[in-house]
Amino acid sequence: MISRLFDLISRRIDGPLMVALVLTLSLGLTVVYSASGGASFDRVAGQGRNIAVAAAALWIVANIPPQALMRLAVPIYSAGLVLLVGVALFGEVRNGARRWLNLGFTTIQPSEVMKIAVPLVLAWYFHRHQEGIGLRDYAVAAVLLALPVGLVVRQPDLGTALLIFASGFFVIFLAGLSWKLLAGLFVTGLVSLPFLWGMLHDYQRKRVLTLLDPTEDPLGAGYHIIQATIAIGSGGVLGKGWLNGTQAQLDFVPERSTDFILAVFGEEFGLAGNLVLIALYALIVARGLMIAANASTTFARLTAGAVTLTFFTYAFVNMGMVSGILPVVGVPLPMVSYGGTALLSILTGFGILMSISTHKQLVSS
Amino acid sequence: MILGQALRDQRAELSTFRARLTVTGLIALSAFGVLVARFVWLQVIQREHYHTLAEANRISVVPVVPNRGLILDRNGEVLAANYSAYTLEITPSKVGNVERAIDELSQVIEVSPRDRRRFKRLQEESKNFESLPIRTRLTEEEVARFAVSRYRFPGFEIKARLFRSYPHGDIASHAVGYIGRINEADVRRIEAQGAATNYKGTDHIGKLGIEGAYEKELHGITGSERVEIDAGGRAIRALSRAEPQSGNNLVVTLDIKLQRVAEEAFQDYRGALVALDPRTGDVLALVSKPGYDPNLFVDGIDPVNWDALNNSPDKPLNNRALRGQYPPGSTIKPFMALAALTYGKRTPEQTIFDPGHWMLPGVSRPFRDWKPGGHGTVNLQKSIVVSCDTYYYGLANDLGVDAIHRFMTQFGFGSRTGVDIEGELPGLQPSTDWKWQRFKQKWYAGDTISVGIGQGYWLATPMQLASAVATLANGGTPVHPRMVRAVQDARTQQVREIPVRNGEPLALKPEHVALVRAAMVDVTRPGGTAVRVAQGAPYLVAGKTGTAQVVGMKSGEKYDEKRVKERNRDHALFIAYAPADDPTIALAILVENGGHGGSTAGPIAREVFDYHLLRKRPERKQPLGDGEAEGD
Repeated sequence: MISRLFDLISRRIDGPLMVALVLTLSLGLTVVYSASGGASFDRVAGQGRNIAVAAAALWIVANIPPQALMRLAVPIYSAGLVLLVGVALFGEVRNGARRWLNLGFTTIQPSEVMKIAVPLVLAWYFHRHQEGIGLRDYAVAAVLLALPVGLVVRQPDLGTALLIFASGFFVIFLAGLSWKLLAGLFVTGLVSLPFLWGMLHDYQRKRVLTLLDPTEDPLGAGYHIIQATIAIGSGGVLGKGWLNGTQAQLDFVPERSTDFILAVFGEEFGLAGNLVLIALYALIVARGLMIAANASTTFARLTAGAVTLTFFTYAFVNMGMVSGILPVVGVPLPMVSYGGTALLSILTGFGILMSISTHKQLVSS
Repeated sequence: MILGQALRDQRAELSTFRARLTVTGLIALSAFGVLVARFVWLQVIQREHYHTLAEANRISVVPVVPNRGLILDRNGEVLAANYSAYTLEITPSKVGNVERAIDELSQVIEVSPRDRRRFKRLQEESKNFESLPIRTRLTEEEVARFAVSRYRFPGFEIKARLFRSYPHGDIASHAVGYIGRINEADVRRIEAQGAATNYKGTDHIGKLGIEGAYEKELHGITGSERVEIDAGGRAIRALSRAEPQSGNNLVVTLDIKLQRVAEEAFQDYRGALVALDPRTGDVLALVSKPGYDPNLFVDGIDPVNWDALNNSPDKPLNNRALRGQYPPGSTIKPFMALAALTYGKRTPEQTIFDPGHWMLPGVSRPFRDWKPGGHGTVNLQKSIVVSCDTYYYGLANDLGVDAIHRFMTQFGFGSRTGVDIEGELPGLQPSTDWKWQRFKQKWYAGDTISVGIGQGYWLATPMQLASAVATLANGGTPVHPRMVRAVQDARTQQVREIPVRNGEPLALKPEHVALVRAAMVDVTRPGGTAVRVAQGAPYLVAGKTGTAQVVGMKSGEKYDEKRVKERNRDHALFIAYAPADDPTIALAILVENGGHGGSTAGPIAREVFDYHLLRKRPERKQPLGDGEAEGD
């Protein structure tokens, strides 16, 4: 009885991936406790609820076979697109950005849906056209990708747009976009940089400029980066100890339980902690790529690859920005930062990975 | 075939995919490598640098202000004390609309118009980020009431501060002085002295009097505390502390009870009194009337009170004892007599006939004696007792101004006495050189004649007169007046006496001094100009009266006190010491517009002597200046 229940629960769970996820999430809870001042469990409990919800989503998605996921791709994508247009028209403005849509009973952030929907729909498209993918297909894929990215950039939410773009780009890249074309796109991108610059909001430009020289504006935009690097640097090899980070505990690190939680972690656990975290992320990415490599359909391969690489992008962009080598874009540290929305989309992604990993025998025939 | 083709295609696709996956995997790996490198850079190579920055972030060194030393009178009575009280302070830069915020505050705790005015004045004088008191001395109840609604008042803060209080109010205000908030001039002075570090955190400084002059002793040494602060600058906990060292207590030479007797003796008159111990130069009392309440200045004086003090015609802020320069009048006659004896210009037996005036050869205008008709035959002793002007007209002419200058400067005339509080003026002892330098004019023989009776160019401060009469009282040793006699170390409680430093005894013949002193005793005996001073006293008083003209009389015009406007009346002067045979107190009194020295200044001297020698408090008060005018 108990073994059957255990089987029911764990049948669609990928063991190695799950172990790495659990370790990372526990690490995250430890840091959230410290980042909230180490005096109350409110935040930890809140994050626990977030994890429970996201884990449930993971389990449900893991139990949906990849074929079913493929059939869901277009409806989810279409719904997401409609919601994004809804946001653009009727969205709620918070902190100067129009990102939320009030559905009456709850408020949602449709751009999060796109982090899953875009790789699904692109993988679906390339799967449909797997016999001879031509230039036309890449153009269609580009349009499918550009629509949500454009809408999210307009909100504006550079961090999410970047992740959506990355998730779509990885599908296109893995589908075999020729190197020549890639090089062409790269050059085009470079050429269009000035135009993109013109499209950016003032505060977004400032973030890029601040990255180039944070000391320019030490009390304004540069303050985040300066204080975060001081926190990490002063942590040294072994860190100042859990709950003992002076930068973190005395409020010098801004947004310390969300986007800048790595500064708290790096200060209190030092280089050793950072290496452990990077190792866990690398393990997750490696396992994800293995699942992708062994997947049996084009759709599964592309989706698994893109979800994994998007997760990598998440981790890299956040760690890069907090340690001062990338501009500050609003990307949380995956599975460590406090917050439910990003966690939900990340664990849903891993649910897809697990579905692919555990359903492959059924698909191969 | 088709199946085989599809299989090949699938294989080709799979190998492309795997190749691409490998590429991205390698990219991911190297990206993590970059992060590792970055962390090694930050946390290993640059660790020291960031550690220093983090420490600088969290640690703030806060000055701990020392307690200011107390000021005690010679009998241990407290003249300036500290008390701690709550103040409500505003940092204007943290408050949007200060005026409106104060209006709101006034609904919670009382804010008087005076508080507002004072705050406004402080605000004008200070920088915006300084914390300035709006209310001082809050009661416990007010503190509680504010605490309840403090969320409504960002930028407002209750602070426990040490305040200075002067329990005797305006008594001895000119001697003790006061402290006030440090202004820009003070800051420059502190910086010039290299004391800026020691004044971190201090916001009050001694401005005048003993508070000003002994600032160094009183202030103490500022301690420091290393505190951990959060990003908002709030102190979280103390890490280490270097205790401040309290300022030293000062034991001053004043006898505050005597001072009070002296001040009250002035009744409503303006003027000054300096009482010295002729043996040591100790200032027993230093009066300048009117005074002011130094407590007004401690937390910043408000404009109304300031204007009242500053614009009053009575000039209460002017320390007349040190800064009032008056013609010394007849009070200098004993010194002139001593000069005559010392320089051999007169013998004690030599007499002149005083017809009521004196003619300078070659000048038709007579120099008049104060007594119409004159004093008849006058010798040196009588010249002092009856204050004969004619005697001194001739004497001055015989001595010449430079001999007078030479002799008088030995007694301290014409230069600062060096009393240990600031602001003293030097007076003026005229000489031919002085007139030439000052006016590029020759000294005329006529100039000397008025100098002979303490008029003309001669100006002296009450402090100078007191110091000169003290020198006479002790037999000819110049004294250095001093306000502080000992310093008590704040930590060890050890008292360090400040040594008396009298000058070298003057080259005077004891019999000459004795003669002049005897004549001064006769001044207070029947026939003298200050009989009432010693009437019924169980001790002997030596004295000399004087009068200083405020407006010059036209030649031939008779001065009639009753007809002259109050502020144009003569100043009354009196110098004296007692007991005459073994003096323990010597004093100089000036009563502005008091008329004759004997009738106005004399009674004040008597009350002071009675209290000092007999501890007898004055009885029923009689208006000053009453009774017969006893002459100049």
